[in-house]
Amino acid sequence: MRKIKHGKLSAGCADSCCLKLEGLSVRLEGDSILEDVSFHLHCGEIAALIGPNGAGKSTLFRSILGQTSYKGKITFSPAGGPAIRLADGEITGGTRPLVGYVPQAPSFDRGDPVSVLDFFTAATARWPVWLPIPAKYRERAAACLGRVHGEDLLDRPMGGLSGGQLQRVLLALALEPVPHILILDEPLSGVDIEGEHQLLDMLDELRTQYDLSIFLSTHDFATLSQFADKVILLNRRVLKSGAPEEVLSSPEFYDTFHLRMGKGGAQ
Amino acid sequence: MSFWYALVDLLPFEWAVPGEMFFMKNALLAVMVITPLFGLLSTMVVHSRMSFFSDALGHSAFTGMAIGAICGFHEPTWAAVIFAVFFALLFNVVRRRSTLASDTVIGVFSSTAVALGIFLSTLGGRSFTRFNSLLIGDILSVEPAKVGLLVLILLAVVGLWLVSFNQLMLSAVHPALADSRGIRVFWQETVFSIAIAVVVTLSMTWVGLLVINSLLVLPAAAARNAARNMRQYHLFSLLGAVLAGVAGLMTSYYWGGSAGAAITLYLAVWFALTFLLRKK
Repeated sequence: MRKIKHGKLSAGCADSCCLKLEGLSVRLEGDSILEDVSFHLHCGEIAALIGPNGAGKSTLFRSILGQTSYKGKITFSPAGGPAIRLADGEITGGTRPLVGYVPQAPSFDRGDPVSVLDFFTAATARWPVWLPIPAKYRERAAACLGRVHGEDLLDRPMGGLSGGQLQRVLLALALEPVPHILILDEPLSGVDIEGEHQLLDMLDELRTQYDLSIFLSTHDFATLSQFADKVILLNRRVLKSGAPEEVLSSPEFYDTFHLRMGKGGAQ
Repeated sequence: MSFWYALVDLLPFEWAVPGEMFFMKNALLAVMVITPLFGLLSTMVVHSRMSFFSDALGHSAFTGMAIGAICGFHEPTWAAVIFAVFFALLFNVVRRRSTLASDTVIGVFSSTAVALGIFLSTLGGRSFTRFNSLLIGDILSVEPAKVGLLVLILLAVVGLWLVSFNQLMLSAVHPALADSRGIRVFWQETVFSIAIAVVVTLSMTWVGLLVINSLLVLPAAAARNAARNMRQYHLFSLLGAVLAGVAGLMTSYYWGGSAGAAITLYLAVWFALTFLLRKK
């Protein structure tokens, strides 16, 4: 297990692991998607990204994942950690983090002949999944699913899973290998209330167990204060960041969503 | 080949007598190589929703033949392979750069290729009929050397399947997720479409342009009806393709009619069967 000192709420970023975004800007086809985005994310911390549709939330995730080009700096400290293979295939000396990514639930057709075991093995092993899968890969997949209490899902077809179950499988995959930072793109959409509680409990368990930073986007403001340590309000730039109560009661939050919902809607 | 002939001679058919009917024995071997090839490729064509793309590739292969014939190539097939690979590459680049839906881009490419093919092959008032054999295909005309080539291609596709099937599958399921796990999605898709281009072009002469896409769609479409995981999916797809291939060739031999069309009809029956027995 990685030993990175847990420095949440301690003296700044000096002695703790920390993802730093400094002056991040992204332009796509001439349009400015993100402007001068800066913030820090510490390990063991759950940060929630909120903002209207088109605010650049997914683009911000893509920047951290190395899937889009950007101006500015994304660094991860402490530098000089173990060598890590990044999402874009680059080998780094620990200046950039290993990022686990839970995408918005991909759509599987009900008839898709992909079992959870197929999906998991395809993503984590070289063994071609159209051949009989050896027991060791099966055991490993079961162990990984065990982290999210989903061992029993192994032989289910991906297309037959509920929103919450699919979310758990994707989460198990993002945790293999255990990343420094876990990114979840709208994990609460398409999940019922029970599934939402399960997921949030699980995230809380994971951050204490593995000491990883969790960064998720959500539209569900009601539960924010129950699980998030930090909330970042994004609309092309960071409008406000801080503790949930602070952001949710800020004029910036009110302005952003009041304008969006306007026209006599939710006032 | 002599080993194959000796093996076939053991079969209790009127065409399986020693020293005769070599065209039929060659054709049977060709079918036994072509059908697993298509059975394998079919699984990913259907899984990544590329059936319209493979159809367009068939059309471009014909255009390549026309170009090859005009350039005076002795073997226009190779010109067709080069053209089809170029077509696949260009399509992948345009699809990636364009904001249009993928089927729209395919429509643009497909119609351009067909128009170019018809224009070139009728240039100077020539008749189109000399290309008719390509449309229908003739498996009985296959030569041993060509069967050898098909075997090499089958081995290459099995190799591709061993090395990169996992990445291909993940890329089709969720490109961003695949990318986050270090898979180069663009190259996976490109290599796969080149594989389809080569296979379609080289087997077009024997299977026939009009039915070749059905061989890329029907085996896996039928398998999807019944399969619950990737092993079953491949098994049903390969089994359906090979059985329909052999049955189609036999039917064509005894009743006449195009073998390619007969194979397709058997695959359609296979689809109907799995549909009726489909998992609930």
